Amino acid sequence: MLAVETIGLTKDYSVGFWRKRPKRVLDGLGLRVERGEIFGLLGPNGAGKTTTLKILLRLIFPTSGTARILGKELHDVTTHERIGFLPENPSFYDYLTAEEFLDYAGGLFSLPSREGRRRAARLLEQVGLAESGNIPLRKFSKGMLQRLGLAQALINEPELVFLDEPMSGLDPLGRREVRDLILELKAKGTTVFFSTHILSDAEMLCDRVAILNRGRMQGCGELREMLAPGVASTEIVIESPDLVLLDQLKPCGAVVRTGARVCIQVPKESDVSAVLERVLASSAKIISVNSVKMSLEDYFLAQLAQGGTKEEEKARVAQATGGQQH
Amino acid sequence: MTSGAVTTSRRLSPRRLCWPILAVGFAMIFVVQIRIDRELGTYAKIADVLYIPSGTNLRRLCLGNEGLLADVYWTRAVQYYGRNRLERVVTRYDLLAPLLRITTDLDPHLLIAYRFGAIFLMSKYPEGAGQPQVALQFVRRGIVANPDYWRLWQDLGFIYYWELKDYKMAAKIFAVGSERPGADYWMKALAGTMAARAGELETSRFLWSEIYRHAETDEVRRTAAEHLVALAAAEQIEQLNQLLAVYQKKQGREAHQFYELYAAGLLRGLPRDPSGEPYVIGLDGRARLGPNSLVNLRLLQ
Amino acid sequence: MNRVATIALHTFKEAVRDKVLYNLIVFALLMIGSAILFSSISVGIQQIIVVDLGLSSISVFGLIMAIFIGIGLVAKEIDRRTIYHVLSKPVRRFEFIIGKYLGLILTLLINTLIMTVGFYAALFYQTRRAGLEDFAPLGTIYFILLQLAIVVSLAVFFSTISTPILSAVFTFCVYVIGHFLSEMRWLGQTTGSGAVKGAAAALYYLLPNFSNFDFITQTAHGERISGILLVSNSLYALLYVTMAISAAILVFEEREFK
Repeated sequence: MLAVETIGLTKDYSVGFWRKRPKRVLDGLGLRVERGEIFGLLGPNGAGKTTTLKILLRLIFPTSGTARILGKELHDVTTHERIGFLPENPSFYDYLTAEEFLDYAGGLFSLPSREGRRRAARLLEQVGLAESGNIPLRKFSKGMLQRLGLAQALINEPELVFLDEPMSGLDPLGRREVRDLILELKAKGTTVFFSTHILSDAEMLCDRVAILNRGRMQGCGELREMLAPGVASTEIVIESPDLVLLDQLKPCGAVVRTGARVCIQVPKESDVSAVLERVLASSAKIISVNSVKMSLEDYFLAQLAQGGTKEEEKARVAQATGGQQH
Repeated sequence: MTSGAVTTSRRLSPRRLCWPILAVGFAMIFVVQIRIDRELGTYAKIADVLYIPSGTNLRRLCLGNEGLLADVYWTRAVQYYGRNRLERVVTRYDLLAPLLRITTDLDPHLLIAYRFGAIFLMSKYPEGAGQPQVALQFVRRGIVANPDYWRLWQDLGFIYYWELKDYKMAAKIFAVGSERPGADYWMKALAGTMAARAGELETSRFLWSEIYRHAETDEVRRTAAEHLVALAAAEQIEQLNQLLAVYQKKQGREAHQFYELYAAGLLRGLPRDPSGEPYVIGLDGRARLGPNSLVNLRLLQ
Repeated sequence: MNRVATIALHTFKEAVRDKVLYNLIVFALLMIGSAILFSSISVGIQQIIVVDLGLSSISVFGLIMAIFIGIGLVAKEIDRRTIYHVLSKPVRRFEFIIGKYLGLILTLLINTLIMTVGFYAALFYQTRRAGLEDFAPLGTIYFILLQLAIVVSLAVFFSTISTPILSAVFTFCVYVIGHFLSEMRWLGQTTGSGAVKGAAAALYYLLPNFSNFDFITQTAHGERISGILLVSNSLYALLYVTMAISAAILVFEEREFK
C-alpha cells in the first residue's frame, strides 16, 4: 500500500471580479509515495506545493482527479487519526500555553488526558521547548512557533506526516535539529512528506523527490538516480601556483583564487589527467582532487529552464519512475 | 464549486440533514411567531403606555441618529392611528399626542408630523383624538421650530376655524400666515373675507380642498375627501330642502317622495348623493341621506 | 462526541482568557452599580430605575460580548488560519461549528451569571428585602440570554461566509433590524404593492424577531411573564439557533481555506 497516491489531481480557481476566468494552479498531478520513505515536494514559490498539501488534507477540494492516503479515499476523515500536519508559518491561539495547546490537540484525537500529557511533555522536549511549556503562545518567537507546530503534528504518533516548509523560521541549529527529527521519524518507520524550496535540505534528507513548477510535475524519482548521470565536473585544489601554470590552466576550466589556494573546476573528464600532469610538473602542491556530482540545484534549474514539450516531460517522468509498476 | 460535496459521498452527510432542518425550522418558526404575537398582544396596551420616554432625553441618547429614530416614531404614530381606527379600540387615541410629540422632539423639522397631528388631534372621535387644544399647542411648537413654513399657519388657522369656530382668531392667523414666504394668495383673501363669510359652506369646502390637494399622507387625504363629500352632500340637502319648500307652497302639501318633485318638473332626475345613493324624504318632510349612503354627515358637527 | 466537547471547552478557555472580556464585565458591573446612584436622585421610582438600568446594562453588554466572542473565536480563527490545526485532525467540519457554538454559549452563560449576581446585589442593596416578586427579573434575564444565544448563532453563521469585521457588522445590523420587524411589516402592509407586502411579511418571519424578547420596561413596572410566552420564546430561540447553525454547517462543509 502506498502512503500517498494521486492521479490526475487538478485544481482550478476562478479569478477576476466580474468575468470569472479559471486559473489552473495544479495540473494533472500524479504522485506516488512509498511507505517509510522521506519524500520531498520541491518547487519555486507559487508552484502549487502548498495547494497539493491542502488538497491532501481536505482543506481545499480538487476540481478533478483522485487521491488516496494510506489506501483510503480523500473524503474519509478517519484517515486523519493516522496522519500529522505542519502548516507553513503556523499561527496559534494567543492565550493558551504550549502545554494547553498540545493538550487540546491530543483531545481532538480523543487521547486520554494522562497519555496526552505524557506525549506532550516528551514532544516538547524533543523539539527543544521543554522550558517553555507554560508560556502563553503570543510570547513565542517564530522559531518557537515552528517547533510547536512540529510537536502538534506528532502528538498522535502518526504513520504519515505532512510538513509544509518545516525549516522556515529556524536558525541553523534549529534546522539541524529538525533534520535529525525527520531522520528519527524515518527510522521509526514513519513516512515523511515535506515540501520545501530549500534544495540542500531536500538533498540531505529525501529518498525521492518530485519537482513542481507552475502546477505541473517536471521531474520525479529517486534522488540518487536523478543526480547519478555522470560526474558534473572535477574540482582540483592546488596551493601556491606560479603565474605560468595559471595561464596554462585557464583554458581547462574555471579558476577561483582564495588566498594562496586556487580551485579549478574541470568539466571534461578527459582534461583531468592533463591538468594533474601540468601541476605535478610545476612547483605547486596538490591539495585535493574531487569529483563533484551534479547537485540537486543544477538538476532543478535545468528542469525549470527546459520546461519542454509534453512528450519530453512524459519521457523524463517515465524514465525517472521506471521500473515502478502499479 | 461543489467538489466538496462530490467527495463527501456518505449517506448521512451533514448537508443532507441541514436542508430539511432549515425547511422544517422555518415552518415551525412561522407557527411559533404567530403564537408569540398573540401572546404579546395582551402586553401591547401596557407596553404602549409604558414606553413613552421623554423626547428630549431620547434625543440626547441618539448620538446623531435623531432623524432615524424620529422616522421610527413617526411610523409608530401613523401605525397607532391606523390600528386604532381599524379596530375601534377604546383608547380614544390617547397616545397619538405623546407619540407625535416625541417624533417632533427628535426631529423638529418633520413637517408632515405637525400637519398630520393638526388634523387628527383636533378631529372629534372616532375620526381623531378630539383634543383641539392639544392640537393648537402642537402646531404652535411646529411654527416655533419652522417659522417660515406658512402651511403650519394655515393648519393653525384651520383648527380655530373648523373645530373651535373662533372666526376672529382664524382670520387673524390667516393674516399673519399670509405674510410668510411662499404663502398662497388665498390666505390673504380669506383673512379678509373670513369675518363676513365664516361658516359658509363655500369657505369650508375651499379649505378642505386645499388640504386634500396638498395632503402628504394617505390618512389626511382620505379624511379630507370624506369631509368634501359630506360638505357637498350638505349643500345638496340644503338645495333639496329649498325645492321641497317650493313644492309645498305650490301643491299645498308635503312631498313624500322625490318622484313627485320630478313629476312636478322641479327636478330633472332622481337626486343622488356623492356616494351614488338616492336621497330620501324623512318623516319630518325634509331631505336626508338614504339608508345605504356612505356619506358621513357627522363629520360636519 | 468527545471532539465536540473538547472544542467547546477549549473555546471557553480561550474566551475567558481575553482581557477585553474582563473589561466589559467590569464596565457592566459598574453600570449596574451606578444605577443605585441614579435611583437616589429620583423620588418614588428608585426600584424601577435600578431594574431598568440594571437589566439594560446586562442586555447591552451582553450583546457587545456576544458579538465580540462570536467573531473573535470563530471568524478570527478562520481568518488567521489557526483552523488548520483543527481541521487536519480527525474533526468533522460540523463538529467544529457545533463545538464552537457550545463553547461560546457556555462563556455567555458564565458572563451573564456574573452580571446577574451584580444586578441582584444592587437590587438588594437598594430595596433591602427579598420577596418572591424579586425573582421576576430572572425571567427577563433569561429572555436576554435567549436573545444572545441567537446573536451568537448569527455571528457563527456570518463568520463562515465573510471576514471578521464584516461578520461583526452584519450581526449587529441584523440585531438592530430584528427589533423593528413589526414596524417593517406594518409599512409593507400599508403600501399598495402586493410584492412589497409579501416581501415584508416574509422578512418578518425569516429574520430573527428580537422584539419578542424585550421585556425590560414591563418588568420594571412589575409585570410578570406568562408561562406561554416563556415556552414560546424558548421554542423560538431554539428553532432559530438550530437553523442558523445548520446554515453555518452547510456553508462550512463546502468552504475552502486557501
